[in-house]
Amino acid sequence: MHKEFVMGNEAIALGAMAAGVEVVAGYPGTPSTEVLEAIAKRNNGTTYVEWSVNEKAGLEVAAAAAYAGKRTMVTMKQVGLNVASDPLMSLAYIGVKGGMVVMVADDPGPISSQTEQDTRTYGMFSKLPVFDPSSVDEAYEMIQTAFEVSEKYNTPVIFRSTTRVCHAYSAIDVKDKEEYYKREISGDGGSELAGDSLGDGTEFVKGSSTDFSGFVKDSNRWVIFPRLSYANHKMIEERLPVMGDELGELTYNKLTKVNNGRLGIACGGISYAYVCESVQELSENENKDDSNIISDISILKVGTPHPFPEKLAVRFLEGLEEVLVVEELDPVIERMLLMVAGKYHLKVKIRGKLTGDVKNAGENTVESVTDSIRSFVQFDSEKKSTDNRAEASTEDEKSNIAEDVPELPIRPPVLCAGCPHRASFYAVKQAMKGRKAIFCGDIGCYTLGNAKPLDMVDTCLCMGAGITMAQGFSVVEKDTTCFAFVGDSTFFASGITGVVNAVYNQHDMVLIVLDNSTTAMTGHQPHPGTGKTVMGDIVEKVSIEKILEAVGVADIRTVNPLDLKISVDTVKELADKPGVKAVIFKSPCIALFKPDNMCVIDSEKCINCKKCINELGCPAITVNEGSVVIEPSLCTGCGLCTQVCPVGAIS
Amino acid sequence: MSKSVILCGVGGQGTVLASKLISYAAMSKGYDIKSAETIGMAQRGGSVTSHVRMGEGAFSPLIPQGKADVMIAFEPAEAVRNLSYLKEDGVVVVSKKAVKPVTASLSAKVYEGKEMLDYLKKKVKRLVVVDGEKATAELGSPKALNVVLLGAAIASEEIDISMDEIREAISHKVAPKFHDLNNRALDAGAKLYNK
Repeated sequence: MHKEFVMGNEAIALGAMAAGVEVVAGYPGTPSTEVLEAIAKRNNGTTYVEWSVNEKAGLEVAAAAAYAGKRTMVTMKQVGLNVASDPLMSLAYIGVKGGMVVMVADDPGPISSQTEQDTRTYGMFSKLPVFDPSSVDEAYEMIQTAFEVSEKYNTPVIFRSTTRVCHAYSAIDVKDKEEYYKREISGDGGSELAGDSLGDGTEFVKGSSTDFSGFVKDSNRWVIFPRLSYANHKMIEERLPVMGDELGELTYNKLTKVNNGRLGIACGGISYAYVCESVQELSENENKDDSNIISDISILKVGTPHPFPEKLAVRFLEGLEEVLVVEELDPVIERMLLMVAGKYHLKVKIRGKLTGDVKNAGENTVESVTDSIRSFVQFDSEKKSTDNRAEASTEDEKSNIAEDVPELPIRPPVLCAGCPHRASFYAVKQAMKGRKAIFCGDIGCYTLGNAKPLDMVDTCLCMGAGITMAQGFSVVEKDTTCFAFVGDSTFFASGITGVVNAVYNQHDMVLIVLDNSTTAMTGHQPHPGTGKTVMGDIVEKVSIEKILEAVGVADIRTVNPLDLKISVDTVKELADKPGVKAVIFKSPCIALFKPDNMCVIDSEKCINCKKCINELGCPAITVNEGSVVIEPSLCTGCGLCTQVCPVGAIS
Repeated sequence: MSKSVILCGVGGQGTVLASKLISYAAMSKGYDIKSAETIGMAQRGGSVTSHVRMGEGAFSPLIPQGKADVMIAFEPAEAVRNLSYLKEDGVVVVSKKAVKPVTASLSAKVYEGKEMLDYLKKKVKRLVVVDGEKATAELGSPKALNVVLLGAAIASEEIDISMDEIREAISHKVAPKFHDLNNRALDAGAKLYNK
């Protein structure tokens, strides 16, 4: 063991390595990305790591390797699991041989996602076990247990983390390489897992030896047919309650029961940390006025929300009168406690999101949790009217401070200075001036093209949707030119089938591929078009142009967007043609390739019309004491503004 | 004993390195340490914060409102934006130079940072305004702003980490060719606090 200061995602990566993971696949997505990157960077060459083309591909790669007896992991963000849900649902029935972890990062807030969906709910839907860590330290231990549980029950398991665990840092104890789990494969291919410890005293004893040496053909096991599905469904339903109580024994589930207490709080994930912090703070204040409502609260922490630890929940609920459930996203624990209370005829009031006692959208904070606990306690407390101190809620305190605050500048995220996407959007905007057009956007940095003054993203739904949505619009909006903007990584992830659909069904549309040769928004991961893998291998580049050609796109042009005139003329020309047309705007991401050039404004020539500011919205161009200036530390010399200035004052 | 430090600024200003140095120094001293960073969309020119919590009794990686002992602000408006995190007698080290957002240029709203500094002077008892531009120009690199601010914050003696412990952290966490620059920046910051 040694101490390391690591990010939550790095802790998950190191935990998976300590558990002997041998194959890792995934698709980048905030807040999950660093898990796979850390394994690629830190493994000693024994682990195969790949950025798959999308989450579905990644899950299938990891599943097959697990069929062959390897410990495997697939990583993604929550919306990625929607893409991978097809194989996930079937794999839940088929199961695996080697341990397989589906690592999914949820994003309460949401901070950088389309939805606030809850992967624990996916666990219930797919009937798979779910692990939910509450801290960086716990994530490191828990991912190791997840592999053991997966292998014991021959089922993939979901490891669901959230942003505030993924992107938190902590100094934790990390195993040395010699302490990593190593699969010992004996001569006959069998391997003993007897006495495999879960790290907390629970012994999982493997009955018979399993052949981990490779894939063993068995069509009754690996080929999904209705009869097999029926049999496995039955087995899974019988197994779930047993598994729920067995997982309930793990230390990740923790019950702090106060004898004769009447109130309880149930929580999971990062909310457990918030509850601990709030309870500590509130009880310190309480000690001063000599009451003990807070210190009499029983606390249940749920680390394995599915299958639900029912027995533990009964022990928690028995004797309590009211329970507050604090969790983010879906009311998963709340619904399960309601179920348990009904099933066991326990007379206890469950408060939470469903009763409006805890906010039902957005992320929790120590403040929001403290407010909820204060109200919860006051429902119960007779002295609520006298306790003025407790009544001063954080919101009030904040508004007191806020009274005389000067107006703060708004800082929305923007396309970087010199970003080639700005030039592409501007060219299309100029080309379509005065004409009816719909601009379908997609997921990536270029979603930021929606901001004023560009205002060039009319729709954004999910990965790859822009291409097919432009087709839907073209069917019903006859007098409109329908555009789809898609980034290079998104094109490979889920854009190609949409282009095939357009060609096959003879839709009229203009596809704009914004090719900056990287997956920029998630931190510059390579993809099939970059000719590099996550392990640094140089491979053949997959050509977007050739794909479009093969699919049968009528007219394909590749243009440098920083050349404004050619870009505008090309878009104008293609917009007038029937069928499926494509422009590939090719220019590298400015964050990867920073040229030393710089533009300057000749203040003698500048007429202060501010056209450069009002048309482009480049963060490097600002007004200083009334005159337009270019901030030298931000400008990359892309030259777009020099082509926009009506008097040629910028060079 | 526990100490909480909030660092705030605009995406790209280097808040992360400063928080890493504090965290590393705290870990080397054997303190419990938790921290959190803004990652993702906000990095593109948005407001960013780093939270660092060390010592016993911290559960959440994010600092609760009113609990930060020290704020290191890389930009005046960001200091004001996050001021509710600061405890009543907390220290604020703030860089004087305003970073203007695109929205201000577009709407022709004037934002120069002075009114933010005036507000801070009114509200914060222990305020250190650092002329970062001048200091980094003397050091020869605008990138050193983060360590200049860190030096001033360490000199306040509110973080329970010494200058030597940060120097040790620099030697482990920064590429060797930048050791000298960062150590000079640290000293320059400390001098600015003591002035």
